[in-house]
Amino acid sequence: MRIKTHPILAFKTRKAIGFTFDGETFYGQEGDTVASALHANGIKKLSESIHLKRPRGFFCAIGNCASCNMVVNGKANTRTCITPLEEGMVVKTQHGKGVVL
Amino acid sequence: MKKAEAVIIGGGPSGLTAAKTLLASGVKVTLIDRNRTLGGQLIKQTHKFFGSENEHASKRGIDIQKLLLDELYSYEASLTVLSETTVVGLYRDKVIACLKGETFFKIQTGIIIVATGASEKSIPFENNDLPGVYAAGAVQTLMNEYGVKPGNDVLMVGSGNIGLIVTYQLMQAGVRVKAVLEAAPRISGYLVHASKIRRLFVPILTKTSIKRAEGKDIVNGAVIWDLNEDWQGIEGTERTIKVDTICISVGLAPLVELLEQIGARVEYIRELGGNVPVIDGHYETSIEGVYACGDAVGIEEASAAMIEGEITGLSALKRLGIKGPELEVKQKRLHAKLEALRNGPHGTKVKAGYEKRRVMHA
Repeated sequence: MRIKTHPILAFKTRKAIGFTFDGETFYGQEGDTVASALHANGIKKLSESIHLKRPRGFFCAIGNCASCNMVVNGKANTRTCITPLEEGMVVKTQHGKGVVL
Repeated sequence: MKKAEAVIIGGGPSGLTAAKTLLASGVKVTLIDRNRTLGGQLIKQTHKFFGSENEHASKRGIDIQKLLLDELYSYEASLTVLSETTVVGLYRDKVIACLKGETFFKIQTGIIIVATGASEKSIPFENNDLPGVYAAGAVQTLMNEYGVKPGNDVLMVGSGNIGLIVTYQLMQAGVRVKAVLEAAPRISGYLVHASKIRRLFVPILTKTSIKRAEGKDIVNGAVIWDLNEDWQGIEGTERTIKVDTICISVGLAPLVELLEQIGARVEYIRELGGNVPVIDGHYETSIEGVYACGDAVGIEEASAAMIEGEITGLSALKRLGIKGPELEVKQKRLHAKLEALRNGPHGTKVKAGYEKRRVMHA
């Protein structure tokens, strides 16, 4: 769901960046955050609420609200909406509060 | 511990203008921002600004960002930028605790300007926590910064300027907007923005709100209903709209956590967005040498934030002993400009907020 044409902005196809999400390989682009790359791949559910296990996506996309917390490279509670995507990143859905390393 | 003459927290419109004002008078500035790129939310604002030429009217937010950064970096010699750095502690002796990645460090300074901006609010309705329910500004970030569409069909909740502008920008990105809802009896943003989307046949439904979002793991619809005179939903008026994204544009709340942490007095003023710091005419908080400006002191437009940043910078200059009659003249002129901005038909709310601020301090 990338924007192809835009009257004001130019979105060129940038270098592909490979990463895994819950064990499956996906590709984002240079300049993506973890959350934007997942969204571009149609993945909107990023974690679960702690008690009722309700699905969670991002809400603010600028690092304020923590609704997008995931486990990235083993680190829980990573705000994926402001975490730059890097080659080979291991991204996982966060269940529960997460364990601090 | 690092030492700094003046520290500005937040590199958005107000922080950048404050920084520039200090730098222009030879003050060494440390600017801290948690993002990769400076400019705050200007980075995603593809629309043209209103106001006067001094505040870059008729230029797009993204172009204003470039102008502000060019000006800032022309003072490179006296500027330290700490990007991707989050302030995690603010102390009375003007020590600032920072976190950059896994590195923790402290800065000792004499002047702190808090320009942390605001966060988007939400409203209560059933399933408002489902993925696909996003803040309108978040969708603007996703589209205009990362080039990703939020979905194919959107319901916009709220017809303030952000709601109207993001609706138009969704359509520019090739996304359908099924309707814009407004709980009040009238559209709350500028008519010029509303007209642009009405010309594209997007209905703006006043006295209408969302009852619930539908879907299990992600949004696949929205139930909306009419509101009565008491803003309550009217049973029997419910209808379902097929959407995969619901945008919430119901206002912003100033980010005052750091000011609360340092012990600056905070007061609740609804018209300014919620809890705001107590400030004087110089944008100084209840703590000497600690200033706040921009959306952090009350929700307004970026044009106002830029003027406030300059006033705040001038105030800080005075405290640093850099005085002169021209400072007073400049500040007076800037206050008059703010007044003028708030005198428009859409400035009523902010003006009321500032009246309360004055009354509370009298």
